Amino acid sequence: MSQIIEYSEKVMDHFSNPRNVGEIENASGVGTVGNAKCGDIMRIYLDIDENQYIRDCKFKTFGCGAAVATSSIATEMIKGKTVNEALKLTNKAVQEALGGLPPVKVHCSLLAEEAVHAALWDYAKKNHLEIEGLKPPVDDIDETEQFYEMAGEV
Amino acid sequence: MSKLIYLDNAATTKVKDEVYDAMLPYFKELYGNPSSIYRFAGESKKAIENVRLQVAQFIGAKPEEIYFTGGGSESDNWALKAVAFAKRDKGKHIITSKIEHHAILHTCEYLNKLGYEISYINVDENGVIRRDELEAAIREDTILITVMFANNEIGTIQPIKEIGEIAKKHKVIFHTDAVQAYGHEGINVDEMNIDILSASGHKINGPKGIGIMYLRNSVKIGSFVHGGAQERGRRAGTHNTPGIIGFGKATELAARDLDKRKAYESELRDYLIERVLNEIPYTKLNGHRTDRLSNNANFSFRFIEGESLLIMLDQKNIAASSGSACTSGSLDPSHVLLAIGLPHEIAHGSLRLTLSDETTKEDIDYVVDELKGIVERLRSMSPLYEDFVKEK
Repeated sequence: MSQIIEYSEKVMDHFSNPRNVGEIENASGVGTVGNAKCGDIMRIYLDIDENQYIRDCKFKTFGCGAAVATSSIATEMIKGKTVNEALKLTNKAVQEALGGLPPVKVHCSLLAEEAVHAALWDYAKKNHLEIEGLKPPVDDIDETEQFYEMAGEV
Repeated sequence: MSKLIYLDNAATTKVKDEVYDAMLPYFKELYGNPSSIYRFAGESKKAIENVRLQVAQFIGAKPEEIYFTGGGSESDNWALKAVAFAKRDKGKHIITSKIEHHAILHTCEYLNKLGYEISYINVDENGVIRRDELEAAIREDTILITVMFANNEIGTIQPIKEIGEIAKKHKVIFHTDAVQAYGHEGINVDEMNIDILSASGHKINGPKGIGIMYLRNSVKIGSFVHGGAQERGRRAGTHNTPGIIGFGKATELAARDLDKRKAYESELRDYLIERVLNEIPYTKLNGHRTDRLSNNANFSFRFIEGESLLIMLDQKNIAASSGSACTSGSLDPSHVLLAIGLPHEIAHGSLRLTLSDETTKEDIDYVVDELKGIVERLRSMSPLYEDFVKEK
């Protein structure tokens, strides 16, 4: 009924000692992606200063080991960066930073990227900002077949 | 690190010392091919026939109705495919349940591709098959009813005798996948109207790669593995003598200790269930409260996901299993948990703990204590739990 997936040391480290878990009250932007049906939900909170620097970043995740690890490392990678730098965070970079992901878990890194984008979108909307290259988040992203195709899992 | 707490006995079990000792001579001393004519090989043949008799007696069958196979999946495949082929002129309709093991479900899907029609009968919220629905599904062209004896995930034991009566009344062959029940529950093929039964060695402290199929004399089906004349020409391949001897010894021990073991395990199981339900909020027991395997407990913890739970338990040296999608290698959680009506998000947070006669109360206490902390920690990280608390 079950198979334990082989994770890299880095994934296990971020799963066992996740960085930046929690909530931010009155956050500048909050993004939630995924859905419970498929077993992954990620929520990212951003605290952004007036110069568009990400002062603080927190996450909460419902999901597997890889889902927790990708959200943990994504928060680490964008903390202290500008909004524009954060926007450039890719799922590839998340994977590389974790020392790779098992093929069936690649979609978790895409979710992390999408969660960051969704939080940035919320921030832009709240502040009536136009951020170049930022697209509105897709509802129920991980229910779409395209999503798993992007992750190379179909 | 503390010792391993192994609570995945529905996946496989440890070979018992007596079983191991009984098998050993058949590797290097009595290694003769049981099909050979000389006296040296006769020892192995005799030992195999003794096991056949012993297994037959254990389930109320005749020795010539017992066939040794490579395990439960092979027995299931043989039963379904051979009945389908033998009865193809009578009809091409097969009835099964929605909570079968994949050895049955995937074989049914295969037969469906070959033109057979399969009816998947629903179960109730406890995982008990709906007998009225089963009986109503029987048609002129129904050739086989296959329903598992006990479920591998949620432990629910089916009313096999009643299902057998329905099959008999309508003159349909009845097969049961008894892989989880053989050696754990009393089985009598005549009283229960079972025509074909699958069982496996490694679920009862026997070796892996050995199983049996019981086939009632009056049911005529063909061979699955063609070749030599072993097993009266019905299952070719040189006998796995050590495996068969191990299966026999495991059956002997299971039969000898059945009542004692059931009493011991079910008391521990109930203690585990009570502690978990009392001490961990938003938790549900899956499967029937009483009509369940004596060693099985299956829980759903809301707001958390099974794979994370398993990894954290593993870090505490606890081996368990889950029905979450992440651990099944597919996008959907367990078909069994969905069939008993659990929503996807709750099915994702399931945990199966299956005990053995070596599990102690101290083990259970350790597991529940660790489990409480792990569930709490995962919930503190869960956006679903956050939303739930805020809504309250």
